[in-house]
Amino acid sequence: MRYDIVVIGGGPAGLSAAVQGRKRNKSVLVLCMDPRDAPLAKAEQVNNYLGMPNRTGSQMLGEFTSHATAVGAVCKKGRVLGVMPSEGGFLVGVGSEVEAAGAIILATGVQRGQKYPGEAQLLGAGVSYCATCDGMLYRGREVVVIGKSADAPEEANFLHGIGCHVTYVSGKAPEGLNPEIPFVKAAKTAVYGEGRVSGVEADGKRLPCEGVFILRPTLAPSDLLPGLKLAGDYVEVNRDMATNISGVFAAGDCTGLPLQISKAVGEGMVAGHRAAEYLDAQREGKDKA
Amino acid sequence: MSVLHLTTAAFDEATADGISMVDFWAEWCGPCKLLAPVIETLGEQYGEQILVGKVNVDDEPELARRFGVMSIPTVVFLRDGVEFDRKVGLMPIENYQETLQESLSE
Repeated sequence: MRYDIVVIGGGPAGLSAAVQGRKRNKSVLVLCMDPRDAPLAKAEQVNNYLGMPNRTGSQMLGEFTSHATAVGAVCKKGRVLGVMPSEGGFLVGVGSEVEAAGAIILATGVQRGQKYPGEAQLLGAGVSYCATCDGMLYRGREVVVIGKSADAPEEANFLHGIGCHVTYVSGKAPEGLNPEIPFVKAAKTAVYGEGRVSGVEADGKRLPCEGVFILRPTLAPSDLLPGLKLAGDYVEVNRDMATNISGVFAAGDCTGLPLQISKAVGEGMVAGHRAAEYLDAQREGKDKA
Repeated sequence: MSVLHLTTAAFDEATADGISMVDFWAEWCGPCKLLAPVIETLGEQYGEQILVGKVNVDDEPELARRFGVMSIPTVVFLRDGVEFDRKVGLMPIENYQETLQESLSE
């Protein structure tokens, strides 16, 4: 089915946008990252959100999520890999599946940590963000998984299962990694190679390989949506939380400082309303034509 | 037919003359499915002048290896069977159109 609004990100901004979209009678799909990766869920105590003091982050996130689903938003877990304009709306690639939307609200949060040296230069030349997409191309070959997300061990197990020779690199010991996969603990990681990947450097140790799967909880908005305009590290938006792409709105941490729940909820509310108005205007335009 | 599905056996003959644009894709790849309508549109726009083809890397691993495809979707541009450009990952339709316009005006 085609949803009126697809929200990318299930944090405070995304859920607030979803509630507002539902209030305006729009069908809403919220695509969430693995809850184990949600930054809010990791907060031990939140004391600066009006009227809801002394909650743990995961309690708050639970209440926000129940509110959104209670008013009819559909929440789905999955790694969003790309967004593409199509026939007056958008297609959203989630793992190996596709969802369709009339409008998009980006609420991806911010990526903690910079890209690795060599990552951007070698993207598509051995560096991949999608194990399910590109794994088959590396069957029988050496690959490194740089695991930054909670589901990265599962993805590494998948690559191992289809016949890739996997080494898992991460700052901390992974949970659920197939014991046949060697694990290298490293704080500092870099990708090297001329024109194509030749290996990964993990704390100075060279691990030769042909493919590197870098698995973070979310992709950066500019990697999701080609042509999206940024302002520094953040998505550029106006007072309507509209981006430079018609029909794409953004809210919360991905639009800039301060990285706070109240700001995210407020921006999500605006984005939800404006996305609904955008859809109504589209429909009116169509009716006239 | 605007977009041609190419097999390893048919590839060389199909791309031997003129400009070709070939999309390497697979069923398990979400982003490839996002690009599919774009390739269809390009097929409608340019299908008279060039060959617009698709290669399923699952069915044709040899072709994927021959072109050193390391990430999908990958779109390879050929002139008389020789690669002159490629685009890896999702891009706006204008990027593909630009490359095609340039190559057709040369």
